[in-house]
Amino acid sequence: MSTLQELLARFASGDVQSASRLMSVVERGGEDAERVLDAVYPRTGRAHRIAITGPGGAGKSTLINELTRVFRGAGKTVGVVAEDPSSPFSGGAVLGDRLRMTNAGGDAGVFVRSLASRGSETGLSQLACELADVLDAFGRDIVLLESMGASQVETRIRFSADTVVVVLTPEAGDEVQSLKSGLLEVADVVCVNKADRGGAESLAGDLDAIMGLREKEGVWRVPVLMTSARDTGSVDTLMKVLADHGRYLDTDGRRAARRQRALRARITARVHESIQSAIWQSPMLSQRFDAMFDRVTAGSLPPWRAARELAESLHIESRSSR
Amino acid sequence: MKRPLKVLIAKPGLDGHDRGAKVIANALRDAGMEVVYTGLHQTPEMIIEAAVQEDVDLVSVSVLSGAHMTLIPKIRALMNTSGLADVKLIAGGIIPDADAAELKQLPGVAGIFGPGTSTKDVVAFIEGLFPGR
Repeated sequence: MSTLQELLARFASGDVQSASRLMSVVERGGEDAERVLDAVYPRTGRAHRIAITGPGGAGKSTLINELTRVFRGAGKTVGVVAEDPSSPFSGGAVLGDRLRMTNAGGDAGVFVRSLASRGSETGLSQLACELADVLDAFGRDIVLLESMGASQVETRIRFSADTVVVVLTPEAGDEVQSLKSGLLEVADVVCVNKADRGGAESLAGDLDAIMGLREKEGVWRVPVLMTSARDTGSVDTLMKVLADHGRYLDTDGRRAARRQRALRARITARVHESIQSAIWQSPMLSQRFDAMFDRVTAGSLPPWRAARELAESLHIESRSSR
Repeated sequence: MKRPLKVLIAKPGLDGHDRGAKVIANALRDAGMEVVYTGLHQTPEMIIEAAVQEDVDLVSVSVLSGAHMTLIPKIRALMNTSGLADVKLIAGGIIPDADAAELKQLPGVAGIFGPGTSTKDVVAFIEGLFPGR
């Protein structure tokens, strides 16, 4: 087994296997992971990070496969991090995104990494962003992040990339679904995918009207594209729109501002994680929890009072809205 | 923190049936492993490339086409020359006993599983390859 220093040196010279091994070190966490991230972080920031999100089965992997092809055609190197859910029961996962990514084969300019969510409930985990850091530092021009099948409330994804593409299909329901808060509000680009299917045009039209209502002078107008993996022209258009968004970000310091918000969110998420795991590891809390829980099940204590007392015993002020 | 065992399941060559591979993928997931499934019609080179990029602990191939005596030694040899010499290879499919015995002689080919193998046995075998994981 190579030492971390050796791996980092080979990584710096562009060795694919070292990049892959370093990602595994990051995945395992702990001090070695932090050492790798320390070394990698100063080299990040060059890649255009694009998150692709949307419901399961919308065609995200297939679209990424096609995007990879056109980006390669334009001379860009590509890294992909594709996240799939872990089973909450066994902890295992079947990572199937690679199945659709057939254009990557035999091309050193494409690096695809699959990742299991391991309990993370956001569409893209912190770990996915850290693996994207590694690919960014590895010198990839474009880093595509594929989220798990996203729900309507999955909006934290906006902190994981420079550009967020929301992929929907004609089967996604009428535009009233899209009027609900959530996914569409974080979109920089909307794709009505599988556009060869019935209903695509009317959905795209409705979505475009909604995006038009939000139009503001000097602010990015979210384009609604009809895409299909079968229609290479539509994927070319998507690539052009992504480049346009990149240029939009590069004016008036927008990219820097966006990345600052993302950094803030990233630090906050890490702090939450640490506090949470520290709290639940405390044997005192679990003892108190059990004692309180007995009173709750016996009917002598309402659940919100139990929660409040537990939080207060940790010197955390609980919300007094009850 | 330990990462769960990560296994690549691949279908090399021309056969078009992957139900077996999918059943194994599900069984390994239920045993807590992370399974990368790459689909049908993979060349040995594609399989090696995926194994390198995913940094898997084990490569598992399914061959039903009868080409196992060509494909499996080729995949093993490519693994050895691609920095994956320490990654073990197992295989399943329609592989006659005599061929299985011969393949198992290859260094790094840890196991060959024929039709009728229980998924429990496969899981136990893989877990046995990684004591303490």
